[in-house]
Amino acid sequence: MDGNGTIRFLLDGEVHAVADCSPTTTVLDYLRERLGRTGTKEGCAEGDCGACTVVLAELAGAGIRYRAVNACIKFLPTLDGKALVTVESLRGADGALHPAQRAMVECHGSQCGFCTPGFVMSLFALYQSDRRPGDEAIRQALSGNLCRCTGYRPILAAARRMYEYPEVKACERELREQLAAIRVTRELRLDGPGGSYVAPVTVAGLAAALAERPSATILAGGTDVGLWVTKHQRDLPDIIYLGNASELSTVATANGALEIGATVSLTDAFAALLAEYPELGEIARRFASPPICNAGTLCGNVANGSPIGDSMPALICLGARVVLRNAAGTRELPLEDFYLDYMKQDLRPGEFLQSVCVPRARPGLLLRSYKIGKRYDQDISAVCGAFAIELADGHVAAARVAFGGMAATPRRATGCERALAGAAWNAAGIAPAIAALASDFTPITDLRATRGYRARVAANLLHRMLAETAERAVAASVWTHAR
Amino acid sequence: MPADRPERASSAIEGGVGEARPHESAELHVSGEAIYTDDIPLPAGTLHAAIGLSERAHARLLKLDLDAVQGAPGVVTVLTATDIPGENNHGPVVHDDPIFATGEVEYAGQSLFAVLADSANAARRAARLARVECQDLDPVLDARTALARESFVLPTRRLARGDAAAAIASAPRCLQGSLSVGGQEHFYLEGQVAAALPGEDCTMQVWCSTQHPSEVQRLVAHCLGWSSKDVVVQCRRMGGGFGGKETQPALLACIAALGAKKTGRPVKLRLDRDADFLVTGKRHPFALDYDVGFDDDGLIRGARLVLASNCGRSVDLSDAVNGRALFHADNCYFLPDVAIVSHRCKTHQPSHTAFRGFGGPQGMMLIECVVDDIARTLGRDPLEIRRRNFYGTDSRNVTPYGMTVEDNVIGRIVDELAARADYAGRRQTVAEFNASGGLLRRGIALTPVKFGISFTSTHLNQAGALLHVYTDGSILLNHGGTEMGQGLHTKVAQVVAEELQVDLRRIRCTATDTSKVPNTSATAASASSDLNGKAAQAAAQTIRRRLAEFAAAKYGVPAEAVLFRAGRVRAGEAADLAFEELVMQAYHARVPLSATGFYATPKIGYDPQTLTGRPFFYFCYGAAVSEVVVDTLTGESKLLRVDILHDVGCSLNPAIDLGQVEGGFLQGVGWLTSEELVWDERGRLLTHAPSTYKIPAVSDWPAVFNVELAPWSRNREDTIYRSKAVGEPPLMLAMSVFHAIRDAIAAAAGGGVPRLDAPATPERILAAIEELRGRNDPGRAA
Repeated sequence: MDGNGTIRFLLDGEVHAVADCSPTTTVLDYLRERLGRTGTKEGCAEGDCGACTVVLAELAGAGIRYRAVNACIKFLPTLDGKALVTVESLRGADGALHPAQRAMVECHGSQCGFCTPGFVMSLFALYQSDRRPGDEAIRQALSGNLCRCTGYRPILAAARRMYEYPEVKACERELREQLAAIRVTRELRLDGPGGSYVAPVTVAGLAAALAERPSATILAGGTDVGLWVTKHQRDLPDIIYLGNASELSTVATANGALEIGATVSLTDAFAALLAEYPELGEIARRFASPPICNAGTLCGNVANGSPIGDSMPALICLGARVVLRNAAGTRELPLEDFYLDYMKQDLRPGEFLQSVCVPRARPGLLLRSYKIGKRYDQDISAVCGAFAIELADGHVAAARVAFGGMAATPRRATGCERALAGAAWNAAGIAPAIAALASDFTPITDLRATRGYRARVAANLLHRMLAETAERAVAASVWTHAR
Repeated sequence: MPADRPERASSAIEGGVGEARPHESAELHVSGEAIYTDDIPLPAGTLHAAIGLSERAHARLLKLDLDAVQGAPGVVTVLTATDIPGENNHGPVVHDDPIFATGEVEYAGQSLFAVLADSANAARRAARLARVECQDLDPVLDARTALARESFVLPTRRLARGDAAAAIASAPRCLQGSLSVGGQEHFYLEGQVAAALPGEDCTMQVWCSTQHPSEVQRLVAHCLGWSSKDVVVQCRRMGGGFGGKETQPALLACIAALGAKKTGRPVKLRLDRDADFLVTGKRHPFALDYDVGFDDDGLIRGARLVLASNCGRSVDLSDAVNGRALFHADNCYFLPDVAIVSHRCKTHQPSHTAFRGFGGPQGMMLIECVVDDIARTLGRDPLEIRRRNFYGTDSRNVTPYGMTVEDNVIGRIVDELAARADYAGRRQTVAEFNASGGLLRRGIALTPVKFGISFTSTHLNQAGALLHVYTDGSILLNHGGTEMGQGLHTKVAQVVAEELQVDLRRIRCTATDTSKVPNTSATAASASSDLNGKAAQAAAQTIRRRLAEFAAAKYGVPAEAVLFRAGRVRAGEAADLAFEELVMQAYHARVPLSATGFYATPKIGYDPQTLTGRPFFYFCYGAAVSEVVVDTLTGESKLLRVDILHDVGCSLNPAIDLGQVEGGFLQGVGWLTSEELVWDERGRLLTHAPSTYKIPAVSDWPAVFNVELAPWSRNREDTIYRSKAVGEPPLMLAMSVFHAIRDAIAAAAGGGVPRLDAPATPERILAAIEELRGRNDPGRAA
């Protein structure tokens, strides 16, 4: 049973070998229904509340990387080769609570307790990855966990308190050996009544698999595909999983660009991007919660082509290109040309997005990307605007402007860009560019905002960009406002 | 037995009254070992149900074709109205909520049928396959439209004192205004769930995540055509309730029980999050109007307040919700001549229901806007106008409904809070910041809360408890309240520990169970520790009295000389023994070691016809100062700091009470800022998951916060250890955030009275800034 058709993962030191599950079985359902481990909860089945948070441990260099993910939208076969840690795993051999758990008790961090296992697992992931997190790092670590009872204050207190106890160290040597023993080296193939699932381990294998089944669903992080199953009850008869193709898991620097591979998580992709472009800090922080960013991939966000994908406006402004691959070879496109229409991308049969290439930082570029929503943490943009401006003598030498949430695809504001070219970088100078925005876009009214608000805010974000970068810059965002 | 603190000797035992103990289930919560309804292992062969939902908000049902549903993989059977042997109703008060709609559907999300399958997934997939033929009818989707069409679920109620119209007309100044306040989804993290296990001889065991097991019991019995004795409902804990599990779970329990009866197999029904949003009622949205007369110092002379609520399709709890809105339309303010009108509008939405505050918050929102608008009209600090209109302690202290406010501490709370939070100094700093220009504006506001405690349906103010003492001295406690995270079981167990002077760890509080304590009221109205604490105290006192009388007789001392302290019992000088020793002796002497306790709140009662009298045993008070910053380009806002001083009397458990204050506050902030329910023009809810409906997340808790329980407070009424209720009142502290946002909007526009509806989303804030700028400077382009 150890062959190509068996998923192997570690749970509490034991290898679980699963050969008889539908490929779209979620980790959450497997835990609750097959294993009877009911500590992990379903709150929303869409990765938005965090009640189902579990931690994945993987080999990373010489060590082990622990990351929180949402079990509710993670398909079980994607655990292949990894170790799963759930809330039931945390007590010590003597039954003692883990510091994350103990702190939650002592700080009164649980009331109804239903979100608590998820918070505990996010705290555990933080505990394993950061020994001295500041207040903002703590908030970020918890930004994917909703609590309806406490107001979060005692949970924030627990996040600090857990470091005050004697450190509890996982036995990493043993886990490393166990992980090495189940390391994925073969192509996992599941075929059953629930559908087929193929996880090639090379790019060539991927291309071949896709050539064979061009209509297969391409799965990477699953933070969107998961919802097709849990929310829309769609059947996915044919899945090709990218995650085990290790060639796609790197961020390479070549030809003056960062090449971000298809399986690089949003967490790692933003880390690489922020090293070049610290100005993208707010969009990186607000993009999504850590469990989503740990599972989801930047290339998935780009390939998915949602009009409200928050990475694309900034990437378009930076002149990013996509590298598309099929059995015949690769081709490259400017990112903005990849989007043809609502959820329709320039993808040929058998093609998948292999990487996104982002030019490296250059001096003098003013870059901003702003997200407008109803909530700071984990929200979907009403409008997401990005601006890349180069100035010469107080005038705009070059400008790229792109928006999400304003059209059927992420799109450049070409009229606005034209009007900015050569304009003075001041209020009067940008007035024609703001006027041009009105003809660049015809936004819609939906549950997130009215068309009027979208249009108004898109224009005002250019004002904000100016205010933040003008000679006498002022704080122009409530999020960065210092008291 | 004195009910006051003199008897307290908490330091002598672990976990007595007043100690900041962790929640009784805290260790189970953090380890994942706490069992919720969906975690209960059910026998093999359990079926899973899903509800078939109406996609139309208002339509005449012509045909329900379930062939495809019946034939779907894994499906065992379907349930429709014809499968109901008893009454097709899950309405709690008026029998107007069908389990399965027939004839007409009245909201999108209404239950049409159910399907039972061998997995939840199979059931949910099958439920989508129904072919529903219907004729669309015109839906009514908001209170104002309903008002115009005279569409009501209940008749309009009016409460008046004096001659409001004359007082307004003769006042030196007057003002009119309007406000809409949105609804709110409860978003308990644990969705609605129930399971039913058929038993022998026409009996049914039901597990349900419910605040009201007795009502679930009654409604399940009625739909099965049985009586209450045939149904047992249990709930160990809920993953949050907030009012959303007061009447709403009955639908699920009824369907599960109907399925169990029909198939003879256990049936579980758990709504997924989207269905939960679509099926269940929300906090009532309100449309509010006022007409107020006042003098040049902002003292209110007369007010006419109109509260029109959107009740959704049926009555549910709307009579009581609107009653409470009416009883809180004064908040802390004396309204000499006043007329309050309460319209209960029928719309084609789910039947809106209980939600923490229960109409009180909506009533208070109106009067807070009245005083804020008066202040801004006069160019005064709103706090000055608020204080000027506060109830007095000796005069000006009678509410519009004729109840004298005897326990008024709002002045002291506000004075202390304003000083501690440096309201005046910070108001100056905010003004300076705003004067310095830029794109951001700050705002600050202090708002008070006065909230009446007791069910306004007077008969509900009763509770029972059952206490067993075993021969090893351990104690099993059961009472009628349910645990939804609020720490009720912890507090009630602390009361028993205190009464019997034993460590808390000796006591186990078991699942709420209709076969242990009957005819219970919902765990609601903030009153559950008051009611169940007193009932448990009575049971413990009975046990204690029996033990004392037994010891007195055995050791030849007067009963008064038998003292319980720190796990030991002393009978004068004659004996000093461990509690469990005495218990064992009493057992051998055939002393009953099980007792019930009962409590009925004294003093209360009012005339439901005239709406006057004493609906409340006492009031809770509190106040908050919030400071925000607002972006004038986008309308985004951020809460920077909050200071709260809240009155919980003598706290039974300060850690739990603090948690209620903080959590209630932030839940209120969500209601008034980020939580926006959006229905489309056909009456379909578009925001039905956390991806689209945004409750506060961790970054919404402010960086600076100072939350305190008033250390000096003590309930003047004889409540359990002189504590006060805490569940609902803190939610309304969030009005300070709404008014701080109004303050910032006014600053952004150069003064004036902002027109801002709730929730104050970025879009509404930006619109309010631009609208007020337009009014302030009509020449300026909007």
